[in-house]
Amino acid sequence: MRSVEALDDMSTYARNIGQAIKTLSEGLKLTFKYLLQARKSREPIGVEDPNYFKKEEGTVTLQYPYEAIPVPDTGRYRLHNEIDDCIVCDKCAKVCPVDCIDIEPIKSAEEIGKTSDGTPKRLYAAKFDIDMAKCCFCGLCTTVCPTECLTMTKVYDFSEYDVRDHNYVFAEMTPLEILTKQKAYEEHQAKKEAEKAKTSSVSKPVTRPEAKVTETTAPSEATPVKPKFRPKPMTKKPTVSDEQQKTGEGAEKPVKAEETESTSPAKPKPKFRPKPTIKQASTSDEKKESNEIPKPKPVFKPKPMIKRKPKDE
Amino acid sequence: MITFLFFLPFLLGFVVIGVYGERKIAAFIQNRLGPMEVGPKGILQTIADLLKMLQKEDILPKAADGKLFLAAPLVIFAAVFAGYAVLPLTEGVAGAGVAAGLFFLLAIVSLDVLGILMAGWGSNNKFALFGAMRSVAQIISYEVPLGLSILGVVMISQTLDLQEMTINQGILTAQPIYLFGIKSLGLEVGHIGGFLSWNVVQSPILIVSFVIFFIAGLAEANRTPFDLPESESELIGGYHTEYSGFRWGLFMLAEYGMMLLISFLGAILFFGGWNTPLPNIGTLALADWTTGLWWGGFWLIGKAMVLIFVMMWVRWTYPRLRVDQLMDLSWKYLTPIAVIVLFICGVWRLWMI
Ligand code: SF4
Ligand code: SF4
Repeated sequence: MRSVEALDDMSTYARNIGQAIKTLSEGLKLTFKYLLQARKSREPIGVEDPNYFKKEEGTVTLQYPYEAIPVPDTGRYRLHNEIDDCIVCDKCAKVCPVDCIDIEPIKSAEEIGKTSDGTPKRLYAAKFDIDMAKCCFCGLCTTVCPTECLTMTKVYDFSEYDVRDHNYVFAEMTPLEILTKQKAYEEHQAKKEAEKAKTSSVSKPVTRPEAKVTETTAPSEATPVKPKFRPKPMTKKPTVSDEQQKTGEGAEKPVKAEETESTSPAKPKPKFRPKPTIKQASTSDEKKESNEIPKPKPVFKPKPMIKRKPKDE
Repeated sequence: MITFLFFLPFLLGFVVIGVYGERKIAAFIQNRLGPMEVGPKGILQTIADLLKMLQKEDILPKAADGKLFLAAPLVIFAAVFAGYAVLPLTEGVAGAGVAAGLFFLLAIVSLDVLGILMAGWGSNNKFALFGAMRSVAQIISYEVPLGLSILGVVMISQTLDLQEMTINQGILTAQPIYLFGIKSLGLEVGHIGGFLSWNVVQSPILIVSFVIFFIAGLAEANRTPFDLPESESELIGGYHTEYSGFRWGLFMLAEYGMMLLISFLGAILFFGGWNTPLPNIGTLALADWTTGLWWGGFWLIGKAMVLIFVMMWVRWTYPRLRVDQLMDLSWKYLTPIAVIVLFICGVWRLWMI
């Protein structure tokens, strides 16, 4: 009995040795094979190359700054804005999920030019910054851009020593230009107001919306950080109020009353307040019979407001 | 004295080239390129590293045992380097002509353990102490198969003097050498020389002996797969965790010195030392032509380099052993086999030669 066990032990012992020799030599053979293969090396070929997936032998290291795998021309990496074609519509900034596009528009009285695809430009870009450090390269901004001036390029290596250098400035206006354009527009606006005041001094309801506009713009002009949102209410409100003037003059009155009440105590708020009230007014009593078109607009407008509130508070 | 003047600069040069070679071999085995930046193909990388290392601060941990801590690297390096004293470099150049050279070598290299223990204990650091303990356990365990495998060679060649042992493996020998050491075959190869007169051919059983010697030697040198004392991934470098700058460099030097010593010893004991591998074939007296002062050095270093390459190759092939596996290997496999081989060597010597 004992001898059988001993024999068993001996055979496992011998088997262990045999197995060790076999596996160890196999391992050595394998690494030696790789050692010999190291004479070959992978070439920096792009993914379009038919051999891209075929190079399985040899060293795989690419010495990056010296050699690099070519990226396709359609590579979607760093953003580029062709500022001459940009109509400063702010769509890209709105859609950006990480809020890394910072646009500051200046309105102009008249059309300032055309983009290469014929879209008229009405806004100057005083500031058009994209912070590539925040960008997640989702590409949403390029898809919404109406003039296709915002594109992704094949440049992928743009590391910097300072994170602030990742902020790419695309606007080309000098501070002086910005100032003059701003002034020009203000003057123009003032002139227009004066004209309007002259022409429409007879009917009360017309002046009121005008007054409302100046009131709301006054604080925002004092603080030029926010003008991003100004263009929208400005451009759209006149249309709303114009239509309202034509259609529901009577319905405007209660709104105005409410507004003046609410704006007087707190100055910074009126900017937000008027809109909800418009919305309320429009949803509650006014637009049932007549205007369906302007309605979606006021509804659409509050959205950025909702977004903004948490920031301010 | 000659060997001292030769080996010290040689060792330093070897470390520079060895580290570079090791990194390159490792890289190639792993489909990488290795150092490429400093100098053409990164040749100067090790020198740059060395310069950086020498500039580093020599840190003495507050809680460390100062004397032990500072002395340890010197002890280790001295122990390893003393081993070189008895190596026969080439024909007629043999350093200290100690009659019991091999014995001296084994004894002095074992002092290495002392230095490692000093370093581990003196660092006053858990990991360093762990590493030192492992190292001591490992080196003492592997000394047994190492000694037994060498004993087989000593039996075959009947001498402890490394120079004499080397002479007996080439055309310069005074004794008759028979093919495979079998007298009854009647083939005298002493005048043919070359690889036919090497110890591994003189008595083929020594191949097993060599494998055991090589494995044990790897363990002695704390090389992967037996680098448990250092094991960066578990012990952060083991006994030299706390060292920096030049002192750490001495550890490195000692490790490579040990590698080189084992390789030299392997070449001398089994592969003919400074004897040429080329045999005399009829009128083509290759062995005669390639034997001489400079040839000797060339062959010896060449053989050592091949063994070094094998060590690196092994290092980058196998994973590290576990402590119990390490002990298993030494006590359950290598030692018994070494004893059996020793026995066969004795029988071979008695009956065949
Ligand atoms: S790619 Fe995405 S994250 Fe980057 S700017 Fe455009 S929308 Fe924002
Ligand atoms: S979406 Fe295009 S056109 Fe509009 S602001 Fe952005 S980049 Fe300019």
